[in-house]
Amino acid sequence: MDWGALHTILGGVNKHSTSIGKIWLTVLFIFRIMILVVAAERVWGDEQDDFICNTLQPGCKNVCYDHFFPISHIRLWALQLIFVSTPALLVAMHVAYRRHEKKRQFRKGDQKCEYKDIEEIKKQRFRIEGSLWWTYTSSIFFRLVFEAVFMYAFYFMYDGFRMPRLMKCNAWPCPNTVDCFVSRPTEKTVFTIFMIAVSSICILLNVAELCYLLTKFFLRRSKKAGNAKRHPNHENKEETKQNEMNELISDSCQNTVIGFSS
Amino acid sequence: MRWGFLCDLLSGVNKYSTGIGRIWVAVVFIFRLLVYIVAAENIWKYEHDEFECNIKQPGCENVCFDHFFPVSHISLWALQLIMVSTPSLLVVFHVAYREKREKHHNQKLYRSPGEIDGGLLHTYLISLILKMGLEIVFLVLFYKLYNGFKVPRLVKCDIRPCPSTVECFISKPTEKMIFLCFLVATSCLCIVLNLSELSYLIFKYSIKCYLKRYIKKRQ
Repeated sequence: MDWGALHTILGGVNKHSTSIGKIWLTVLFIFRIMILVVAAERVWGDEQDDFICNTLQPGCKNVCYDHFFPISHIRLWALQLIFVSTPALLVAMHVAYRRHEKKRQFRKGDQKCEYKDIEEIKKQRFRIEGSLWWTYTSSIFFRLVFEAVFMYAFYFMYDGFRMPRLMKCNAWPCPNTVDCFVSRPTEKTVFTIFMIAVSSICILLNVAELCYLLTKFFLRRSKKAGNAKRHPNHENKEETKQNEMNELISDSCQNTVIGFSS
Repeated sequence: MRWGFLCDLLSGVNKYSTGIGRIWVAVVFIFRLLVYIVAAENIWKYEHDEFECNIKQPGCENVCFDHFFPVSHISLWALQLIMVSTPSLLVVFHVAYREKREKHHNQKLYRSPGEIDGGLLHTYLISLILKMGLEIVFLVLFYKLYNGFKVPRLVKCDIRPCPSTVECFISKPTEKMIFLCFLVATSCLCIVLNLSELSYLIFKYSIKCYLKRYIKKRQ
């Protein structure tokens, strides 16, 4: 189990995402996870070994390091990436549940469901409508919340996004105020700024996707209301409901193109 | 033989689980196994090298480290992950047994070998109880071994060959404590999920049983 396994899990969700969602996933894997694994882990690899304090007092270095780095940047990013990726699983679970229901209907020999075989159900791509829309929108909302929380935690813990070269420490057992030097501060600052920038891009993508989904939702609603107003004499209430049900059933049973075209 | 084996085992069991069981598998994979491999392992990697005592006496550091960390947090964490995943093997064995029986008798003995009913339901319930029990045992073990879930910055040690009471400093105590709290939180979440699944299954099958009897009585 590693980042590759997460990629496999989230890749499955990709099929049912909007175009913006797919871009978000690509940015996540290439500009965040890959950079973390390939570059950032090497930069932070020797962080405690090369954290040097200007004293021979045993224990001073340990205590000062712990004071200035309660949790390492690398670990915080790893946790952020895990938490930010997890809401997509809600969508994966919802899709799996829908597929399971379709398979059940198919096995019962339900005539409403027009599938040729089970393979078609497995490969079907669902449109983001109805309850799936709510699940998808909630997952984007949670992503935004987690991104914001972690960015704030970063800013709060490290007093900004810069890594200083020198830190002054007087925690016991350091005998007095001791100078401690961080290893590779510039490289770490560069990577920190890069990761923060990419987080911000991901936040913008999520906001854009949320706006897009909300716009589609309201447009669809106003279209339905408009249609109902145009034909009030031809259909009574029950007929309208029946027509809507039939529409929903035939919609959900058809194979559709991946997500929405932009 | 690494964590991939555990992943395969749990993915295999997923087929026979309820919805809550699948959420449990997802929590174990993502919030426990992935966090362990990607983050936690590296924090404890050099814990012995970075454990520093305020003394030059040879052997003192070794003895003090061994006294305060009889079993490392990370080893206990790994053991917990393995033990908690193992009861799922009971379900796998039972399903395999059912399938073998059907093949041997060459007739359909069960509605579906993987469906949770009859004996398989009992096996599944036992595996849930074992999982919960093991989680609680490990949490209690963590609590007893380390006097709570805190990791102190400094420990005082006066075991031979340390000549007097010596101060020893633990590396990255705050980071270790954060991840320990994360471990405890996810363990508790898993216990809650197992308990809900247990209650759900007991409730569902009691209602089924009761309805069957009621229909029989009426006939």
